[in-house]
This record gives sequence, structure tokens and C-alpha cells, in this order.
Amino acid sequence: MTLWDAQVGESVRVTGLAATGSGRRRFLDLGFVPGTLIEVVRRSPLGDPVAYRVRGATIALRGVDARQILIER
Amino acid sequence: MAKSPDIGCRSCGIASCAGAQLAHGEHATTVALAGNPNVGKTSVFNALTGLRQHTGNWPGKTVARAEGSFAHNGRMFCVIDLPGTYSLSARSAEEEVARDFICFGRPEVTVVVVDATALERNLNLALQTAEITERLIVCVNLLDEAKRKKITVDLDGLAAELGVPVVGTVARAKRGINELKDLIDEVASGRLVPKPRMVEYSEEIERQVAELVPRIASLVGNALPARWVALRLLEGDRTILPRAVAHAKEINASPVPAETT
Repeated sequence: MTLWDAQVGESVRVTGLAATGSGRRRFLDLGFVPGTLIEVVRRSPLGDPVAYRVRGATIALRGVDARQILIER
Repeated sequence: MAKSPDIGCRSCGIASCAGAQLAHGEHATTVALAGNPNVGKTSVFNALTGLRQHTGNWPGKTVARAEGSFAHNGRMFCVIDLPGTYSLSARSAEEEVARDFICFGRPEVTVVVVDATALERNLNLALQTAEITERLIVCVNLLDEAKRKKITVDLDGLAAELGVPVVGTVARAKRGINELKDLIDEVASGRLVPKPRMVEYSEEIERQVAELVPRIASLVGNALPARWVALRLLEGDRTILPRAVAHAKEINASPVPAETT
């Protein structure tokens, strides 16, 4: 499953990234590193983007990006 | 390109950097301030420079640029407040500005401001910066917020682990700013030489880096660390090599002070 499938209030753990190259690097720079715990903070009124709490900062991701982050519950 | 002015700050290219009063031929020491968004970097900038500030935009970019100056121990320092970024990967205009200034603006000292309450996240930028320049200081800001959250930061331990000087600050209350100025002066003058600990990558990456480094060094000389350029190339960054080569030519064509010859 991917980060996009996680529900608001849930805490999940990153298991991998589907992105490659500079897109992958971008996720890593933002703190989406395998092993990281992520909390789903809130969904925007239209459902996309979604705000996530990652290593002490709140980061909003669009659905296309959240679907590239692999997670486990 | 315009001729560089006789006085003032060679890196910011303006005759008098934000009110820095300089005698003819004297030049201010350039200090770059980098950091993640929301770490109080601008508070540190304000605490360092007070009201001696200029704001504007980076040439050709809609990215705000602030510079200021301060005097300390009889020297003038010109501070450039870089945009807040999580990394130096140059994936956005802000990151590109920050990366280019640290790489090509040749600041004498780079201060990375980090958030004491989110060190894990913030140290990524410090480690990336250490790959470009060893004249690096880490400023752990928001120590008051950390205290409120019952977080204690072992500043000495951090300095030992990173191999660079570390100073703790509460910039809003101007706490630690004088120590930061002392450190900037010591690193700028060469009395203190940071020895940043480098990230060691996996065996395969290190092998490829070792293969690339001599070839890159023959192209860019010592204009930029060859190891850093090699890592960017392995990441697929195609823009860095041509820029580094152009930068190396520029440096060789005009050695810094034009008036000594």
C-alpha cells in the first residue's frame, strides 16, 4: 500500500519509494526515508493534497506524489 | 558583466554592502546563512545585522534576497540570508539560489541554522553543505522551544560528531549571537579550521565516486570539491558539470583582487 491509502489520524511507516532519480532524492530530502514514522494530519477540502507530519515538520503532498511512497501500517 | 567595484563585498557585487563602511580596497568577509524553512533563520539574520540591511531579488529570479552587515572585533562582515530550503539539490528556484551561492558565491563562512526541536530533519542540510565547504558553522536555534518541549541538545557532542563548530542560540532574544559572531570571525580568519565529517556512501557509490573524482578534478581544479560534483553527477544532475567548469574558468581568468597587479 502507499501513503495515499493512509487515513487521517493514522500513523504509518515508510517501507520504500517508487520514485527514482531526482524525484526520489526530493522525497528523501523532505524526510520520507524508509523506516520513518509518518502521521496523516489532515486532508484538504477537495481531498488532495494531504498534510503529513514527518520528522518534526508538516509537509503537504499531492496524490500523485503520495502514491509513490510505500508504507506499512 | 559589470566591472567589480573597488570597495565593498566582492560576492554580493555591490559597492557598499548594506551600509558596511569600508576603506578603499578593503573587503568585507562574506557569510552565507542557510537553513530549512521555519528555523528562525531570519531572526538570526536580524540579530546579527540589526538595521543594516538591504532587500531585493536574486538576479533573474523571483526569490527574495536579503543582505546585511555587522562589525565584530574590528572586521566587517557581509551576511547573505539564503532562502529556506530542505536540501541543496537545486530542484526549485530557492534551492538553486542557495546552492549556487554556497558553490559559486564563495562565502568565507557558511552558517547552517538548524531547529533544535527537529535536528534529525535539519542536519540533512548541514551534511550536504559540509560536502561543498568545510568553512561551516552549525547554529542550533530555537533552544527555548526545545526546552519547552523538554529536549536538551548536547552541543559539544554535536560539534564532535559533525566535526564543525556548533553554537546554541535563541535568536529572538539575541541569546548566543555574540558567540556566533566570535565563531564566524574565528573560522573566517582561519584561527579555527572545521573538519567536517563526511557522509560515507555505499561501497558501489564510493567506488564510482573514486573513479570520477580525478577526471572531474582535471576539469574544475579546486574551484569546487570534485567529490561533491561526482555525487551530483551520480544523482543524475546534468547542470552541475558545465556550471562548475565555467566557474573554474572564471576563477582562473580573474584572480580575486583586481588592483594588486
